Amino acid sequence: MTNSSAVLNQKSFYEEGNTKAKSGLAAWIFSTDHKRIGLMYLSAIAIFFSVAAIIGIFMRLELISTGKDLMDAQTYNTLFTLHGVIMIFLFIIPGIPAVFGNFFLPLQLGARDVSFPRLNLFSFWIYITGAILVLLSLVLPGGPIDTGWTFYIPYSVRSGTNISLAIFAAFVLGFSSILTGINFITTVHRLRAPGMSWFKMPLFVWATYATAWIQIIATPVIAITIVLVIIERLFGVGIFDPSLGGDPILYQHLFWIYSHPAVYIMILPAMGVVSEIIPTFARRTIFGYKAIAISSLAIAFVGYLVWAHHMFTSGMSDTARWIFSLLTFLVALPSGVKVFNWVATMYKGSIDPKPPFLWVMNFIFLFSIGGLTGLVLGSLVTDVHLHDTYFVVAHFHYVMFGGTGTIFFAALYYWFPKIFGKMYNIKTANIGVALFFVAFNLLYFPKFILGYMGMPRRYYDFLPEFESLQFVSTVGSWLMLITLILIIWNLMHGILRGRKSESNPWGGVTLEWHTSSPPPLENFKVIPEVKHEPYDFSQLEDMKND
Amino acid sequence: MAHTEKKHHITPYSTYIIVWLALVIFTSITVTVAGISLGTYTLLVALFIAAIKSALVINIFMHIKFDESIFKVFLILSGTTLFVIFLLTFFDFLYR
Ligand code: HEM
Repeated sequence: MTNSSAVLNQKSFYEEGNTKAKSGLAAWIFSTDHKRIGLMYLSAIAIFFSVAAIIGIFMRLELISTGKDLMDAQTYNTLFTLHGVIMIFLFIIPGIPAVFGNFFLPLQLGARDVSFPRLNLFSFWIYITGAILVLLSLVLPGGPIDTGWTFYIPYSVRSGTNISLAIFAAFVLGFSSILTGINFITTVHRLRAPGMSWFKMPLFVWATYATAWIQIIATPVIAITIVLVIIERLFGVGIFDPSLGGDPILYQHLFWIYSHPAVYIMILPAMGVVSEIIPTFARRTIFGYKAIAISSLAIAFVGYLVWAHHMFTSGMSDTARWIFSLLTFLVALPSGVKVFNWVATMYKGSIDPKPPFLWVMNFIFLFSIGGLTGLVLGSLVTDVHLHDTYFVVAHFHYVMFGGTGTIFFAALYYWFPKIFGKMYNIKTANIGVALFFVAFNLLYFPKFILGYMGMPRRYYDFLPEFESLQFVSTVGSWLMLITLILIIWNLMHGILRGRKSESNPWGGVTLEWHTSSPPPLENFKVIPEVKHEPYDFSQLEDMKND
Repeated sequence: MAHTEKKHHITPYSTYIIVWLALVIFTSITVTVAGISLGTYTLLVALFIAAIKSALVINIFMHIKFDESIFKVFLILSGTTLFVIFLLTFFDFLYR
């Protein structure tokens, strides 16, 4: 694919910024360019992910055999809490929207930036402030928190560790999420390119839009809950702690009224990325465009109705238990709509199995296991047996890591040439995908069996009968470490030494591929006019001649 | 995106003061009612009063009454979600 000379002469956003400082750190940290902000999020998130992954590896080392191997119980408690808090609040919730939403939402809409660029930069700084508060809670006297990432009452009111500070960090991070949500919704409503009606928007935009709504509506609930816990800790007001006359189940309700929709904040954008990658590599328009778009909104809404399935064994009323179990099964419907539509898109397509596509294959397989085991947990009878066991640990790693985490890599590998204008090593990337699949299942599949056998979660020690499966899982964690190093090294090498990429190496047709790679400061020389359906590959020929 | 610049509605100060007074009165009613034992209804009454208060704040203070209808759609969406969340929580609260 050749670029016209006009495009070739254009400066990329790396060469031309919108800050006073022309280069150096200041040109980044004060930049309101959505692409730079997206990349700053990417750097921060990559660091947090690596730290939390290493903590995970250490936890697995402790679990290699019975008894104390590496650390005592209290250290293990703080490690799984930290691992959970970082992975959830600093990696997977902001993850795809903050990095790829920021970078690609305006590009896919044919806009020059988001609606409120300064607010966008502000969100980033709030995010960093929240992260610094998390770090502070580790080192200040009192010690790192040990409640698990769910901060359940009454322990979180009684624990002497730095709970108030750590949950205040979550409070601050929530604001970043809300502001980003407001920004994205406004952008989608106001800044679509001429000709881009709602049903001509790319599906990643639809998914990000639905996610933004959850961010706005659900996040204030956790903010209020956190304030209540802090009040209870500081002033001894009885809200949740039963010994003060409070109701601990109320805490669980409030926590999950946010945190369950938050699960959809994690997965919806990932589903959006899948809906971009599959048509591009199957060279076929997406099957059931409207069904996928609307199922995003449906998932966002139904996601509000199922939170109490995390609480089947907590002592809430029986009526609530069966109602929430029933509602939980409803969520499977829109998710099923998506999976079937993706598979139907590939049917009779001319599939080009490049690394991003292979990552998506990993996703469909791992996410389906995660999703279907969710139904096992959503049934009352089986949940009573499996609640708080390793079955749950396996389930959520399959959904979050196998689902969203995998797609985070897929998105990186898909949009890499667009973001950096370079290419990574395709062969190494393919090996990475294959190794990931093996490592992942080695690491987490034994946990399903362990949970079924009765291994409880959040314990640093276990009974001898669990030993061999625990060992297999730990070996899996080593392979995972090697795989992650390979995957990340390939990307880093691509950034630093990679060969120059064509501007549209995969033959994508959504608007981000209509500009040069990397894009110029304000994305498009002329705002494109949208004449085609979003996945109409007949325009590829015209794009080549442009 | 047929966004036409409309004239901004200007609310007189007197309206703000009346609404503010109404909010104060409703708050004192909430506090008074909390002292009377109405059983399960205590909560319903409190929620009902809170709903009226937020309607006042949203419509007058936040100007939604005078704004484009898309904002009303947004609000109804969020309000409905909140309502459903309350409703579902009651299945635990009332039957425990
Ligand atoms: C290198 C990869 C990883 C390894 C080796 C790993 C390992 C573990 C282990 C051993 C536990 C503790 C199980 C227990 O004792 O209950 C755990 C918990 C957890 N992991 Fe991971 N994990 C990894 C990646 C991830 C990712 C990518 C996410 C999210 C996106 C994640 C989210 C969580 C959460 C939320 C918990 C629960 C923490 C809690 O109980 O409070 N993990 N992980």
